[in-house]
Amino acid sequence: MSGSVVDNTVSSGNSSAAIPTDISGQILDLDEDDDLEVFSKDTTLTDGSSLNASMQTSSASMINQYKFEEEEEDADTKDIFVTVDNPESHVTAIETYITYRVETKTTRSEFDSSEFEVRRRYQDFLWLKGRLEEAHPTLIVHPLPEKFVMKGMVERFNEDFIETRRSALHKFLNKIAEHPIFSSSEDFKIFLTAGSGELTSHKKQGPGFLSRMGETVKAVAAAVRGVRSRPQEFTDMQEYVEAFSQKISSIDKVTQRIVREQKEYLEELKECGPTYALWSQSEEELAEPLKNVAGCVDKCCKETDEQVKHLNDHLIPVLHEYVLCADTLKAVLRRRDNIQADFEAKTEALATKKADRDADSKVLSLAWGSLVGRSPEEVKQQKQQKLKGEIKEMRDELDKTEDRLEWANNALKSDWTRWQKGMRTDLRSAFIDTAERNVSYYEKCLAVWESFLQSQRTDAEGNGNVDFS
Amino acid sequence: MLACDYLVCTQASFPFCSLFVIHKYDTTNLTPGIIYNIWDTSLLKKMEISVAEAEKRTGKNAVNMQETYTVYLIETRPVDAASEGTNPALDSLWRRYSEFELLRNYLLVTYPFAVVPPLPEKRAEFVWHKLSADNMDPDFVERRRVGLENFLLRVASHPVLSSDKIFYLFLTEENGWKETVFETGFQAKADSRLKALNATFRVKNPDKRFAEMKHYGDELQSVISQLLRVRARAADRLYGVYKVHGNYGRVFSEWSAIEKEMGDGLQSAGHHMDAYAASVDDILEEEEHYADQLKEYLFYADALRYMCRKHELTQYELEMAVQDLTSKKQQQEELATGTIRTFSLKGMTSKLFGQETPEQREAKLKMLETQIEEGEEQVKERNAECDEFVKSAWVDIERFKEQKDHDLRESLISYAIMQISMCKKGIQVWNNAKECFNKM
Repeated sequence: MSGSVVDNTVSSGNSSAAIPTDISGQILDLDEDDDLEVFSKDTTLTDGSSLNASMQTSSASMINQYKFEEEEEDADTKDIFVTVDNPESHVTAIETYITYRVETKTTRSEFDSSEFEVRRRYQDFLWLKGRLEEAHPTLIVHPLPEKFVMKGMVERFNEDFIETRRSALHKFLNKIAEHPIFSSSEDFKIFLTAGSGELTSHKKQGPGFLSRMGETVKAVAAAVRGVRSRPQEFTDMQEYVEAFSQKISSIDKVTQRIVREQKEYLEELKECGPTYALWSQSEEELAEPLKNVAGCVDKCCKETDEQVKHLNDHLIPVLHEYVLCADTLKAVLRRRDNIQADFEAKTEALATKKADRDADSKVLSLAWGSLVGRSPEEVKQQKQQKLKGEIKEMRDELDKTEDRLEWANNALKSDWTRWQKGMRTDLRSAFIDTAERNVSYYEKCLAVWESFLQSQRTDAEGNGNVDFS
Repeated sequence: MLACDYLVCTQASFPFCSLFVIHKYDTTNLTPGIIYNIWDTSLLKKMEISVAEAEKRTGKNAVNMQETYTVYLIETRPVDAASEGTNPALDSLWRRYSEFELLRNYLLVTYPFAVVPPLPEKRAEFVWHKLSADNMDPDFVERRRVGLENFLLRVASHPVLSSDKIFYLFLTEENGWKETVFETGFQAKADSRLKALNATFRVKNPDKRFAEMKHYGDELQSVISQLLRVRARAADRLYGVYKVHGNYGRVFSEWSAIEKEMGDGLQSAGHHMDAYAASVDDILEEEEHYADQLKEYLFYADALRYMCRKHELTQYELEMAVQDLTSKKQQQEELATGTIRTFSLKGMTSKLFGQETPEQREAKLKMLETQIEEGEEQVKERNAECDEFVKSAWVDIERFKEQKDHDLRESLISYAIMQISMCKKGIQVWNNAKECFNKM
């Protein structure tokens, strides 16, 4: 029907040619089709209300959407900087919670000022994420740190936990800020700039609970129905996500195991140095080399400690993020499937209705009509009119859904490419960082033992001994 | 400084060799690349000794049951012939561990003032989980072979022990050696000494130096045990750390299959992770040699304590002899002068039953005189024994101290070298991995 509207060569970055940008009906090069008028009418592709608002303001960025590749990673064009820091705990009568300072510096025109500072709590981040997901069901939102990690008996207010969370929240906001579509979201802007009272009232404005329920019910219903003819690329994506999810989880587990083993090794190593030192107390000639060795072992312990800390603070959080990403991707694919299922269901319903229209001319209605005292012609006319009305409605609805599906598919495709790039960059730099840290660890230990050798060699030369290697 | 002659022996067989700069010798016959040891020895001057192989045997034991045991091949070759360029046949014979034990016990009894070199451990101790505690395990047998060779070389380079006939026969006479050993009658001495050593006795004037030595032996044993325990546990953990990295290899490989651009980088990084995991086996094997070197001195500490105890025994026996002599002299005096200063049964009975006759007294005095003569002889002997013991023991202790200081320092150095090697390997692997990650 409207396949020619959308430019399928998304990744090549062609922008202006063929995107259903906005409502103005400037869509070009369409076949004459009486369904065409439908496009000129309404906005968009979604059902929600405030979603329109987001759509409107981000119309410009919808063009940018397909320019992902070009604008990415260009530090010079980065015009918004967000930091999350300075956790503070708040105690009220009901609860105790932590807020974080969120500082924004930007030159974007849509912001009233160039600097903002607000305090936000975890719930607020959750809200923002939810809003973005609702508005863009098939775009990939970077995961938030988990609510509360039970394992390891980590307390909610434990320093390390708070720091880990702060760091993840910082990353989350920055990923949003870098995203061509999310960063222009009104909700995002309000999150960054609104005072706490303003934020609370804005939060209440969102689609009501019931309408959200409606969406969910529809989605569930659609999911149960399943998708009949999923395009191959999305099936490929699904397979990839399944495999990726497994692999990244494995790597996460392996890394955590390494950290555990390193810690236990460190525990044992810590006893070595003192034992050498104890020994040196019973010796005369050997006292000096033994004390020296004790010192070396202690230094290596310190290095090992720092190396473990680095693994914990740098590699593990990144791996963990991507484990959560895998879940996000699964959800996104599911949502896309739901939209398609919805479309397929509506298509089927329309076809059925059309069939009814064609078939419906005969016996029963005539019989009824004659009972009521109308001529067969009249009855037929009435029926046809009614059906025509219903069909038009359904078709409008179907077209909207089709657009929605089209948009969702394209959004996902380009965001998918963008996500893969980001994943590759993030994981590559995390691994490189780890490898460098390990090299540095061994280099430091090497220096420690070489200085021991050096000290023994100078002694040996003094006594006329030469050691062998 | 010790007088020195050069001897040929390989580094593998005698790990504690090092070169002392001494001016005396003729260097024309020396071959470069071979480590020479410097101990002033009698036996090692004449022959090369090595424990070349180990083999499993089965046979019937004392209670007529089948048993499996290991025998070790001892090879000897006269030194002069080798340096002349001819290659004489090696003499060789097989010995089991129990025969080494017998030799050592003989040496302990026969040279009580010596710090007798220890044997490698009978059963594997301070084992970390990957290491087998099984006496039949080939790694254990190999390490024991090295330890036994070390023992023989230590004895052969000992200034006193090396000239012992039984030791020489141990190296050269396969058959009938056991009988020869038993014929020396050392067992009888061994039994009585052992009993005496295990008994508690108090020395009135303990020799301060020996007491300090014994105390040092106690401390050395305790601290080396602790060190070996800690080291074994740390080795276990280190093994775990390295091996878990092997999992990276597997997962990276699987992951690379679903990636396009990242695939190659991941795959090759995975290989390096496998290499990293595999490298720990060599690292820990080297560390095991270090542990063996420590163990030798753990057992030496025991030998040191044993020798100090023997000294105590010698001193005690001297004191006993002196005490005995003194009491006899006192008895003589009392009898001669008629005064009873010391309580004696004789005195009491004579009080009760009347004085003895002059003839009886004469006889008694005569007997006492003989006993006193004998007693004085014994005291003289024991004094001489004690002096001799102290003199020889102290020489051997000084020798032992120097050897220990030197050897353990070398061990610490080799430990540092091992650590450096391990670090270098780590740097290489992670640099390689980093390059692969760069290609991701």
